[in-house]
Amino acid sequence: MAGIEASLFDLSRFDTLSRLDTPIHRLEPRVKVLTTMAFVVAVVSFDKYQVGALLPFLLYPVVLISLGDLPLGYLASKVLAAAPFAFFVGVFNPVFDREILVRLGPVAVTGGWLSFASILLRFVLTVTAALALVATTGMYDLCRALERLGLPRAFTVQLLFLYRYLFVLVEEASRMHRARSLRSFGHRGTGLRVYGQMLGQLLLRTLDRAQRVHAAMLCRGFTGELHLIRSASIGPKDVLFLCGWIGAFALMRIYDLPAWVGRAATGLVP
Amino acid sequence: MSHHIVEIQDLRYTYPDGTQALRGVSLTILHGESVALVGANGAGKSTLLKHLNGCLVPEAGSVRIGGFPLTPKTLAQVRRSVGMVFQDPDDQLFMPLVREDVAFGPLNLGLPPEEVEQRVRQALETVGAGHLADRPPYRLSAGEKRSVAIASVLSMEPSILVMDEPSSHLDPRARRQLIELLGSFRHTKIIATHDLDLALDLCPRTAVLQQGQIAADGATLDILQDDQLLGACHLERPLRLQGCPICRGQGESASA
Repeated sequence: MAGIEASLFDLSRFDTLSRLDTPIHRLEPRVKVLTTMAFVVAVVSFDKYQVGALLPFLLYPVVLISLGDLPLGYLASKVLAAAPFAFFVGVFNPVFDREILVRLGPVAVTGGWLSFASILLRFVLTVTAALALVATTGMYDLCRALERLGLPRAFTVQLLFLYRYLFVLVEEASRMHRARSLRSFGHRGTGLRVYGQMLGQLLLRTLDRAQRVHAAMLCRGFTGELHLIRSASIGPKDVLFLCGWIGAFALMRIYDLPAWVGRAATGLVP
Repeated sequence: MSHHIVEIQDLRYTYPDGTQALRGVSLTILHGESVALVGANGAGKSTLLKHLNGCLVPEAGSVRIGGFPLTPKTLAQVRRSVGMVFQDPDDQLFMPLVREDVAFGPLNLGLPPEEVEQRVRQALETVGAGHLADRPPYRLSAGEKRSVAIASVLSMEPSILVMDEPSSHLDPRARRQLIELLGSFRHTKIIATHDLDLALDLCPRTAVLQQGQIAADGATLDILQDDQLLGACHLERPLRLQGCPICRGQGESASA
Protein backbone atom coordinates (compact mmCIF):
# COMPACT_ATOMS: atom_id res chain seq x y z
CA MET A 1 0.00 0.00 0.00
CA ALA A 2 2.94 2.26 0.66
CA GLY A 3 3.75 1.57 -2.98
CA ILE A 4 0.36 2.83 -4.07
CA GLU A 5 0.70 5.95 -1.97
CA ALA A 6 4.12 6.60 -3.42
CA SER A 7 2.94 6.14 -6.98
CA LEU A 8 0.04 8.42 -6.28
CA PHE A 9 2.40 11.06 -5.11
CA ASP A 10 4.24 10.39 -8.32
CA LEU A 11 1.01 10.90 -10.22
CA SER A 12 0.46 14.27 -8.66
CA ARG A 13 3.81 15.22 -10.10
CA PHE A 14 2.01 15.44 -13.43
CA ASP A 15 0.01 18.28 -11.91
CA THR A 16 3.18 20.06 -10.93
CA LEU A 17 4.65 19.55 -14.39
CA SER A 18 1.50 20.76 -16.09
CA ARG A 19 1.82 24.11 -14.34
CA LEU A 20 5.17 24.90 -15.92
CA ASP A 21 5.26 27.74 -18.39
CA THR A 22 6.93 26.73 -21.64
CA PRO A 23 6.03 27.20 -25.32
CA ILE A 24 4.47 23.72 -25.29
CA HIS A 25 2.44 24.41 -22.15
CA ARG A 26 1.14 27.64 -23.64
CA LEU A 27 -0.33 25.87 -26.67
CA GLU A 28 -4.09 25.50 -26.76
CA PRO A 29 -5.02 22.11 -25.24
CA ARG A 30 -7.28 21.12 -28.16
CA VAL A 31 -4.41 21.61 -30.57
CA LYS A 32 -2.17 19.35 -28.50
CA VAL A 33 -4.87 16.69 -28.30
CA LEU A 34 -5.45 16.73 -32.05
CA THR A 35 -1.74 16.66 -32.87
CA THR A 36 -1.16 13.77 -30.51
CA MET A 37 -4.09 11.90 -32.03
CA ALA A 38 -2.71 12.44 -35.53
CA PHE A 39 0.66 11.23 -34.28
CA VAL A 40 -0.79 8.05 -32.79
CA VAL A 41 -2.83 7.28 -35.89
CA ALA A 42 0.19 7.79 -38.14
CA VAL A 43 2.41 5.58 -35.96
CA VAL A 44 -0.01 2.68 -35.67
CA SER A 45 -0.93 2.75 -39.37
CA PHE A 46 2.42 1.32 -40.51
CA ASP A 47 2.93 -2.19 -41.80
CA LYS A 48 3.73 -4.66 -39.04
CA TYR A 49 7.36 -5.26 -40.13
CA GLN A 50 8.24 -1.56 -40.25
CA VAL A 51 10.95 -0.43 -37.88
CA GLY A 52 13.16 1.98 -39.79
CA ALA A 53 10.35 4.14 -41.14
CA LEU A 54 9.08 4.65 -37.57
CA LEU A 55 12.32 6.19 -36.35
CA PRO A 56 11.69 9.76 -37.64
CA PHE A 57 8.56 9.86 -35.50
CA LEU A 58 10.81 10.04 -32.43
CA LEU A 59 11.14 13.69 -33.34
CA TYR A 60 7.70 14.58 -31.96
CA PRO A 61 8.11 13.26 -28.39
CA VAL A 62 11.67 14.56 -28.33
CA VAL A 63 10.49 18.06 -29.26
CA LEU A 64 7.66 17.95 -26.69
CA ILE A 65 9.98 16.77 -23.93
CA SER A 66 12.78 19.21 -24.65
CA LEU A 67 10.64 22.30 -25.34
CA GLY A 68 8.21 21.32 -22.61
CA ASP A 69 11.06 21.02 -20.12
CA LEU A 70 9.90 17.57 -18.96
CA PRO A 71 12.15 15.30 -16.87
CA LEU A 72 13.15 12.49 -19.21
CA GLY A 73 13.94 9.96 -16.47
CA TYR A 74 10.57 10.42 -14.85
CA LEU A 75 8.68 9.94 -18.11
CA ALA A 76 10.85 6.92 -18.96
CA SER A 77 9.97 5.30 -15.65
CA LYS A 78 6.27 5.81 -16.39
CA VAL A 79 6.70 4.32 -19.85
CA LEU A 80 8.51 1.32 -18.35
CA ALA A 81 5.68 0.82 -15.87
CA ALA A 82 3.31 0.22 -18.78
CA ALA A 83 5.84 -1.74 -20.84
CA PRO A 84 4.85 -5.28 -19.76
CA PHE A 85 1.59 -4.95 -21.69
CA ALA A 86 3.35 -4.25 -24.96
CA PHE A 87 6.04 -6.81 -24.19
CA PHE A 88 3.57 -9.66 -23.80
CA VAL A 89 1.61 -8.61 -26.86
CA GLY A 90 4.68 -9.16 -29.03
CA VAL A 91 6.88 -11.59 -27.14
CA PHE A 92 5.73 -14.71 -29.04
CA ASN A 93 6.12 -13.20 -32.49
CA PRO A 94 9.78 -14.35 -32.83
CA VAL A 95 8.65 -17.89 -31.97
CA PHE A 96 5.88 -18.14 -34.53
CA ASP A 97 7.20 -15.99 -37.36
CA ARG A 98 10.56 -17.47 -38.36
CA GLU A 99 10.69 -16.31 -41.95
CA ILE A 100 13.96 -14.47 -42.55
CA LEU A 101 13.32 -11.02 -43.92
CA VAL A 102 16.52 -9.07 -43.44
CA ARG A 103 20.19 -9.94 -43.24
CA LEU A 104 22.44 -7.62 -41.29
CA GLY A 105 25.79 -8.95 -42.40
CA PRO A 106 26.06 -12.42 -40.85
CA VAL A 107 22.95 -11.96 -38.63
CA ALA A 108 19.63 -13.12 -40.12
CA VAL A 109 16.64 -11.24 -38.73
CA THR A 110 13.31 -13.03 -38.83
CA GLY A 111 9.93 -11.39 -39.37
CA GLY A 112 9.01 -12.22 -35.80
CA TRP A 113 11.86 -10.20 -34.34
CA LEU A 114 11.08 -7.32 -36.69
CA SER A 115 7.40 -7.19 -35.74
CA PHE A 116 8.31 -7.50 -32.05
CA ALA A 117 10.70 -4.58 -32.34
CA SER A 118 8.08 -2.66 -34.26
CA ILE A 119 5.46 -3.24 -31.52
CA LEU A 120 7.87 -2.07 -28.82
CA LEU A 121 8.90 0.98 -30.80
CA ARG A 122 5.29 1.96 -31.48
CA PHE A 123 4.49 1.45 -27.84
CA VAL A 124 7.32 3.72 -26.71
CA LEU A 125 6.36 6.37 -29.27
CA THR A 126 2.64 6.49 -28.53
CA VAL A 127 2.86 6.19 -24.75
CA THR A 128 5.59 8.82 -24.51
CA ALA A 129 3.55 11.19 -26.66
CA ALA A 130 0.45 10.60 -24.54
CA LEU A 131 2.35 11.11 -21.29
CA ALA A 132 3.96 14.25 -22.65
CA LEU A 133 0.48 15.47 -23.59
CA VAL A 134 -0.81 14.95 -20.04
CA ALA A 135 2.32 16.42 -18.48
CA THR A 136 2.20 19.58 -20.58
CA THR A 137 -1.57 20.05 -20.46
CA GLY A 138 -2.85 18.72 -17.13
CA MET A 139 -5.82 16.46 -16.58
CA TYR A 140 -8.21 19.33 -16.14
CA ASP A 141 -7.47 21.19 -19.37
CA LEU A 142 -7.25 17.88 -21.15
CA CYS A 143 -10.79 16.92 -20.16
CA ARG A 144 -12.04 20.34 -21.10
CA ALA A 145 -10.32 20.09 -24.48
CA LEU A 146 -11.83 16.65 -25.09
CA GLU A 147 -15.22 18.04 -24.25
CA ARG A 148 -14.83 20.95 -26.62
CA LEU A 149 -13.74 18.50 -29.29
CA GLY A 150 -17.04 16.70 -28.91
CA LEU A 151 -16.53 13.96 -26.35
CA PRO A 152 -19.87 13.54 -24.52
CA ARG A 153 -19.96 15.53 -21.30
CA ALA A 154 -20.88 12.43 -19.27
CA PHE A 155 -17.44 10.96 -19.98
CA THR A 156 -15.43 14.09 -19.30
CA VAL A 157 -17.26 14.73 -16.04
CA GLN A 158 -16.66 11.14 -14.96
CA LEU A 159 -13.01 11.45 -15.81
CA LEU A 160 -12.64 14.67 -13.86
CA PHE A 161 -14.34 13.26 -10.80
CA LEU A 162 -12.30 10.09 -11.03
CA TYR A 163 -9.15 12.14 -11.03
CA ARG A 164 -10.31 14.41 -8.22
CA TYR A 165 -11.40 11.62 -5.88
CA LEU A 166 -8.66 9.13 -6.73
CA PHE A 167 -6.50 10.88 -4.15
CA VAL A 168 -9.20 10.84 -1.49
CA LEU A 169 -9.96 7.18 -2.17
CA VAL A 170 -6.37 6.05 -1.96
CA GLU A 171 -5.87 8.03 1.22
CA GLU A 172 -8.91 6.37 2.72
CA ALA A 173 -7.76 2.93 1.62
CA SER A 174 -4.26 3.42 2.96
CA ARG A 175 -5.63 4.61 6.30
CA MET A 176 -7.63 1.40 6.56
CA HIS A 177 -4.65 -0.64 5.51
CA ARG A 178 -2.44 1.04 8.08
CA ALA A 179 -5.02 0.47 10.82
CA ARG A 180 -5.10 -3.21 9.88
CA SER A 181 -1.37 -3.75 9.69
CA LEU A 182 -0.72 -1.92 12.97
CA ARG A 183 -2.82 -4.50 14.76
CA SER A 184 -1.72 -7.60 12.91
CA PHE A 185 1.87 -7.63 14.28
CA GLY A 186 3.74 -8.70 11.21
CA HIS A 187 1.34 -11.53 10.47
CA ARG A 188 -0.97 -11.39 7.56
CA GLY A 189 -3.83 -10.60 9.92
CA THR A 190 -6.49 -13.10 9.15
CA GLY A 191 -5.60 -13.03 5.51
CA LEU A 192 -7.72 -12.47 2.47
CA ARG A 193 -11.04 -12.63 4.28
CA VAL A 194 -10.25 -9.39 6.05
CA TYR A 195 -9.26 -7.75 2.79
CA GLY A 196 -12.62 -8.71 1.33
CA GLN A 197 -14.38 -7.05 4.21
CA MET A 198 -12.16 -4.01 3.94
CA LEU A 199 -13.02 -3.66 0.27
CA GLY A 200 -16.68 -3.81 1.20
CA GLN A 201 -16.10 -1.14 3.82
CA LEU A 202 -14.33 1.01 1.29
CA LEU A 203 -17.23 0.69 -1.12
CA LEU A 204 -19.72 1.70 1.58
CA ARG A 205 -17.58 4.68 2.60
CA THR A 206 -17.28 5.68 -1.03
CA LEU A 207 -21.03 5.51 -1.49
CA ASP A 208 -21.51 7.65 1.61
CA ARG A 209 -19.05 10.16 0.32
CA ALA A 210 -20.69 10.18 -3.08
CA GLN A 211 -23.95 11.10 -1.38
CA ARG A 212 -22.32 13.86 0.60
CA VAL A 213 -20.61 15.24 -2.49
CA HIS A 214 -23.89 15.14 -4.36
CA ALA A 215 -25.59 16.97 -1.50
CA ALA A 216 -22.84 19.59 -1.61
CA MET A 217 -23.39 20.00 -5.34
CA LEU A 218 -27.14 20.33 -4.94
CA CYS A 219 -26.62 22.95 -2.23
CA ARG A 220 -24.82 25.06 -4.77
CA GLY A 221 -27.50 24.83 -7.39
CA PHE A 222 -26.29 21.84 -9.44
CA THR A 223 -28.91 20.85 -11.99
CA GLY A 224 -27.08 18.13 -13.88
CA GLU A 225 -24.91 20.31 -16.05
CA LEU A 226 -21.34 21.15 -15.20
CA HIS A 227 -20.60 24.73 -16.20
CA LEU A 228 -17.00 25.56 -16.84
CA ILE A 229 -15.31 28.89 -17.28
CA ARG A 230 -14.43 29.16 -20.94
CA SER A 231 -11.10 30.56 -21.85
CA ALA A 232 -8.21 29.83 -24.23
CA SER A 233 -8.87 30.31 -27.90
CA ILE A 234 -6.83 28.98 -30.80
CA GLY A 235 -4.24 31.46 -32.04
CA PRO A 236 -1.95 31.52 -35.08
CA LYS A 237 0.85 29.74 -33.18
CA ASP A 238 -1.51 26.89 -32.37
CA VAL A 239 -2.59 26.55 -35.98
CA LEU A 240 1.03 26.56 -37.08
CA PHE A 241 1.88 23.85 -34.55
CA LEU A 242 -1.03 21.66 -35.63
CA CYS A 243 -0.55 22.06 -39.38
CA GLY A 244 3.23 21.82 -39.17
CA TRP A 245 3.17 18.55 -37.30
CA ILE A 246 0.37 16.99 -39.31
CA GLY A 247 2.32 17.87 -42.44
CA ALA A 248 5.46 16.36 -40.95
CA PHE A 249 3.61 13.21 -39.93
CA ALA A 250 2.20 12.86 -43.44
CA LEU A 251 5.69 13.20 -44.93
CA MET A 252 7.16 10.68 -42.51
CA ARG A 253 4.27 8.32 -43.22
CA ILE A 254 4.48 8.52 -47.00
CA TYR A 255 8.26 8.67 -47.48
CA ASP A 256 10.52 6.20 -45.72
CA LEU A 257 13.14 8.77 -44.78
CA PRO A 258 15.75 6.47 -43.15
CA ALA A 259 15.68 4.17 -46.19
CA TRP A 260 16.07 7.17 -48.46
CA VAL A 261 18.99 8.50 -46.42
CA GLY A 262 20.45 5.00 -46.41
CA ARG A 263 20.24 4.68 -50.18
CA ALA A 264 21.73 8.12 -50.63
CA ALA A 265 24.60 7.22 -48.29
CA THR A 266 25.31 3.85 -49.86
CA GLY A 267 25.07 5.51 -53.30
CA LEU A 268 28.02 7.70 -52.33
CA VAL A 269 30.16 4.69 -51.59
CA PRO A 270 31.11 2.98 -54.88
CA MET B 1 -33.78 40.60 1.53
CA SER B 2 -34.34 42.54 4.74
CA HIS B 3 -35.80 39.87 7.03
CA HIS B 4 -34.08 36.57 6.67
CA ILE B 5 -35.74 34.69 9.43
CA VAL B 6 -35.19 31.01 9.91
CA GLU B 7 -38.27 29.48 11.42
CA ILE B 8 -38.30 25.81 12.35
CA GLN B 9 -41.49 24.37 13.78
CA ASP B 10 -41.92 21.02 15.45
CA LEU B 11 -39.43 19.39 13.10
CA ARG B 12 -39.27 15.60 13.22
CA TYR B 13 -37.03 13.27 11.27
CA THR B 14 -36.36 9.55 11.43
CA TYR B 15 -33.55 7.99 9.41
CA PRO B 16 -34.39 4.99 7.21
CA ASP B 17 -32.68 2.70 9.73
CA GLY B 18 -35.16 3.76 12.40
CA THR B 19 -32.98 6.23 14.31
CA GLN B 20 -35.12 9.07 15.56
CA ALA B 21 -32.79 12.00 14.99
CA LEU B 22 -35.16 14.92 15.54
CA ARG B 23 -38.17 14.73 17.83
CA GLY B 24 -39.96 18.02 17.56
CA VAL B 25 -37.44 20.84 17.23
CA SER B 26 -38.71 24.41 17.19
CA LEU B 27 -36.32 27.30 16.72
CA THR B 28 -36.61 30.83 15.39
CA ILE B 29 -33.53 32.74 14.29
CA LEU B 30 -33.73 36.41 13.37
CA HIS B 31 -31.88 38.36 10.73
CA GLY B 32 -28.23 38.93 11.60
CA GLU B 33 -28.18 36.62 14.59
CA SER B 34 -25.34 34.20 15.23
CA VAL B 35 -26.49 31.04 16.86
CA ALA B 36 -24.36 28.15 18.08
CA LEU B 37 -25.94 24.75 17.93
CA VAL B 38 -24.30 22.51 20.50
CA GLY B 39 -24.96 19.04 21.81
CA ALA B 40 -23.50 15.58 22.26
CA ASN B 41 -22.52 13.35 19.35
CA GLY B 42 -25.69 12.08 17.76
CA ALA B 43 -27.87 14.76 19.34
CA GLY B 44 -29.17 15.73 15.91
CA LYS B 45 -27.12 18.81 15.06
CA SER B 46 -26.09 17.74 11.58
CA THR B 47 -29.55 16.37 10.84
CA LEU B 48 -31.07 19.69 11.78
CA LEU B 49 -28.64 21.58 9.55
CA LYS B 50 -29.43 19.34 6.60
CA HIS B 51 -33.07 20.43 6.83
CA LEU B 52 -32.19 24.09 6.46
CA ASN B 53 -31.62 23.85 2.73
CA GLY B 54 -33.56 20.81 1.83
CA CYS B 55 -30.85 18.13 1.84
CA LEU B 56 -33.33 16.21 3.99
CA VAL B 57 -37.10 16.42 3.80
CA PRO B 58 -38.84 16.64 7.18
CA GLU B 59 -41.07 13.82 8.27
CA ALA B 60 -43.28 16.27 10.14
CA GLY B 61 -43.12 19.95 10.96
CA SER B 62 -41.93 22.78 8.76
CA VAL B 63 -38.96 24.94 7.89
CA ARG B 64 -39.40 28.51 6.69
CA ILE B 65 -36.49 30.53 5.38
CA GLY B 66 -36.97 34.26 4.91
CA GLY B 67 -40.72 33.83 4.96
CA PHE B 68 -40.80 31.07 2.34
CA PRO B 69 -41.85 27.61 3.41
CA LEU B 70 -39.24 25.11 2.25
CA THR B 71 -40.94 23.17 -0.56
CA PRO B 72 -39.66 21.68 -3.82
CA LYS B 73 -40.81 24.87 -5.56
CA THR B 74 -38.87 27.24 -3.33
CA LEU B 75 -35.87 24.95 -2.99
CA ALA B 76 -33.71 26.77 -5.54
CA GLN B 77 -34.46 30.15 -3.98
CA VAL B 78 -33.75 28.86 -0.48
CA ARG B 79 -30.47 27.21 -1.50
CA ARG B 80 -29.42 30.50 -2.96
CA SER B 81 -29.86 32.29 0.33
CA VAL B 82 -28.60 29.53 2.63
CA GLY B 83 -24.91 28.80 2.19
CA MET B 84 -23.95 25.47 3.68
CA VAL B 85 -20.36 24.69 4.66
CA PHE B 86 -19.91 20.95 5.14
CA GLN B 87 -17.91 19.31 7.86
CA ASP B 88 -15.44 17.63 5.50
CA PRO B 89 -14.07 20.11 2.94
CA ASP B 90 -13.22 17.19 0.67
CA ASP B 91 -16.94 16.67 0.19
CA GLN B 92 -17.42 20.24 -0.76
CA LEU B 93 -14.42 20.87 -2.98
CA PHE B 94 -15.15 18.53 -5.84
CA MET B 95 -13.88 20.56 -8.77
CA PRO B 96 -10.32 20.10 -10.08
CA LEU B 97 -9.21 23.65 -9.31
CA VAL B 98 -9.97 25.97 -6.44
CA ARG B 99 -11.06 28.67 -8.89
CA GLU B 100 -13.50 26.31 -10.59
CA ASP B 101 -14.90 25.22 -7.28
CA VAL B 102 -15.60 28.73 -6.10
CA ALA B 103 -17.15 29.46 -9.50
CA PHE B 104 -19.40 26.40 -9.36
CA GLY B 105 -22.27 28.03 -7.48
CA PRO B 106 -22.32 31.31 -9.42
CA LEU B 107 -22.13 29.45 -12.74
CA ASN B 108 -25.11 27.35 -11.73
CA LEU B 109 -26.96 30.55 -10.91
CA GLY B 110 -26.45 31.45 -14.55
CA LEU B 111 -24.42 34.59 -13.92
CA PRO B 112 -22.42 36.11 -16.78
CA PRO B 113 -18.71 35.13 -16.91
CA GLU B 114 -17.35 38.55 -15.87
CA GLU B 115 -19.60 38.60 -12.83
CA VAL B 116 -18.55 35.04 -11.95
CA GLU B 117 -14.90 35.98 -12.31
CA GLN B 118 -15.35 38.95 -10.03
CA ARG B 119 -17.25 36.99 -7.40
CA VAL B 120 -14.62 34.28 -7.37
CA ARG B 121 -11.85 36.79 -6.86
CA GLN B 122 -13.77 38.61 -4.18
CA ALA B 123 -14.75 35.46 -2.29
CA LEU B 124 -11.19 34.14 -2.33
CA GLU B 125 -9.81 37.47 -1.19
CA THR B 126 -12.30 37.65 1.65
CA VAL B 127 -11.02 34.37 3.09
CA GLY B 128 -7.41 35.28 2.27
CA ALA B 129 -6.97 32.52 -0.30
CA GLY B 130 -6.46 34.52 -3.47
CA HIS B 131 -3.09 32.87 -4.08
CA LEU B 132 -4.68 29.39 -4.08
CA ALA B 133 -6.96 30.03 -7.06
CA ASP B 134 -5.09 27.80 -9.51
CA ARG B 135 -4.23 24.98 -7.13
CA PRO B 136 -6.04 21.65 -7.03
CA PRO B 137 -8.02 21.43 -3.75
CA TYR B 138 -6.66 18.05 -2.67
CA ARG B 139 -3.19 19.47 -2.26
CA LEU B 140 -4.16 22.16 0.21
CA SER B 141 -3.72 22.03 3.98
CA ALA B 142 -6.75 21.50 6.19
CA GLY B 143 -6.92 25.19 7.05
CA GLU B 144 -6.65 26.23 3.41
CA LYS B 145 -9.31 23.72 2.43
CA ARG B 146 -11.63 25.14 5.06
CA SER B 147 -11.08 28.70 3.82
CA VAL B 148 -11.71 27.69 0.24
CA ALA B 149 -14.85 25.77 1.23
CA ILE B 150 -16.14 28.93 2.86
CA ALA B 151 -15.22 30.96 -0.21
CA SER B 152 -17.10 28.51 -2.42
CA VAL B 153 -20.22 29.33 -0.45
CA LEU B 154 -19.57 33.07 -0.14
CA SER B 155 -19.38 33.40 -3.92
CA MET B 156 -23.12 32.74 -4.08
CA GLU B 157 -23.63 35.70 -1.76
CA PRO B 158 -25.93 33.93 0.65
CA SER B 159 -27.61 35.81 3.47
CA ILE B 160 -27.49 32.88 5.89
CA LEU B 161 -24.35 30.86 6.58
CA VAL B 162 -24.79 27.39 7.96
CA MET B 163 -21.69 25.55 9.17
CA ASP B 164 -21.09 22.09 10.48
CA GLU B 165 -18.07 21.89 12.81
CA PRO B 166 -16.09 24.66 11.13
CA SER B 167 -13.13 24.39 13.51
CA SER B 168 -12.58 20.63 13.33
CA HIS B 169 -9.15 19.43 12.13
CA LEU B 170 -7.64 22.92 12.34
CA ASP B 171 -4.47 23.83 14.17
CA PRO B 172 -4.81 26.58 16.81
CA ARG B 173 -3.70 29.39 14.54
CA ALA B 174 -5.90 28.30 11.63
CA ARG B 175 -8.76 28.03 14.11
CA ARG B 176 -8.11 31.53 15.42
CA GLN B 177 -8.00 32.91 11.88
CA LEU B 178 -11.27 31.16 11.11
CA ILE B 179 -12.90 32.69 14.17
CA GLU B 180 -11.69 36.15 13.16
CA LEU B 181 -12.93 35.60 9.62
CA LEU B 182 -16.36 34.42 10.71
CA GLY B 183 -16.56 37.26 13.21
CA SER B 184 -16.10 39.75 10.38
CA PHE B 185 -19.14 38.45 8.46
CA ARG B 186 -22.45 40.25 8.67
CA HIS B 187 -24.45 37.16 7.67
CA THR B 188 -26.96 35.37 9.81
CA LYS B 189 -24.89 32.46 11.13
CA ILE B 190 -25.87 29.05 12.38
CA ILE B 191 -22.87 27.07 13.60
CA ALA B 192 -23.04 23.50 14.82
CA THR B 193 -19.98 22.82 16.93
CA HIS B 194 -18.33 21.03 19.84
CA ASP B 195 -15.90 23.90 20.14
CA LEU B 196 -17.61 25.82 22.93
CA ASP B 197 -14.90 28.45 23.06
CA LEU B 198 -15.65 29.22 19.43
CA ALA B 199 -19.32 29.46 20.33
CA LEU B 200 -18.41 31.88 23.10
CA ASP B 201 -16.41 34.03 20.69
CA LEU B 202 -18.83 34.11 17.79
CA CYS B 203 -22.37 33.47 18.93
CA PRO B 204 -24.25 35.58 21.46
CA ARG B 205 -26.96 32.93 21.41
CA THR B 206 -26.72 29.17 21.90
CA ALA B 207 -29.24 26.39 21.40
CA VAL B 208 -28.53 23.06 23.06
CA LEU B 209 -29.80 19.90 21.41
CA GLN B 210 -30.33 16.77 23.40
CA GLN B 211 -31.64 13.58 21.85
CA GLY B 212 -33.39 15.36 19.05
CA GLN B 213 -34.97 18.08 21.14
CA ILE B 214 -34.01 21.57 22.17
CA ALA B 215 -32.87 21.29 25.78
CA ALA B 216 -32.05 24.97 26.19
CA ASP B 217 -31.98 28.12 24.10
CA GLY B 218 -30.64 31.40 25.36
CA ALA B 219 -27.66 33.67 25.89
CA THR B 220 -24.41 31.79 25.32
CA LEU B 221 -22.78 33.05 28.51
CA ASP B 222 -25.68 31.84 30.65
CA ILE B 223 -25.91 28.45 29.01
CA LEU B 224 -22.19 27.76 29.10
CA GLN B 225 -22.06 28.42 32.84
CA ASP B 226 -25.00 26.13 33.67
CA ASP B 227 -23.00 23.10 34.76
CA GLN B 228 -26.06 20.99 35.44
CA LEU B 229 -27.44 21.52 31.94
CA LEU B 230 -24.04 21.03 30.32
CA GLY B 231 -23.44 17.81 32.23
CA ALA B 232 -26.82 16.41 31.23
CA CYS B 233 -26.03 17.13 27.58
CA HIS B 234 -22.54 15.56 27.58
CA LEU B 235 -20.89 18.98 27.44
CA GLU B 236 -18.69 20.95 29.77
CA ARG B 237 -17.75 24.56 30.35
CA PRO B 238 -15.60 26.09 27.65
CA LEU B 239 -11.95 25.96 28.71
CA ARG B 240 -11.87 29.69 29.22
CA LEU B 241 -14.62 29.46 31.82
CA GLN B 242 -12.85 26.68 33.70
CA GLY B 243 -10.40 27.23 36.55
CA CYS B 244 -6.88 28.03 35.41
CA PRO B 245 -4.41 25.28 36.45
CA ILE B 246 -1.79 27.83 37.47
CA CYS B 247 -3.83 30.32 39.45
CA ARG B 248 -6.37 27.67 40.51
CA GLY B 249 -9.21 29.14 42.51
CA GLN B 250 -8.19 32.72 41.92
CA GLY B 251 -9.80 32.75 38.52
CA GLU B 252 -13.05 31.57 40.10
CA SER B 253 -13.02 34.27 42.71
CA ALA B 254 -12.18 36.88 40.12
CA SER B 255 -15.17 35.96 38.02
CA ALA B 256 -17.46 35.66 41.05
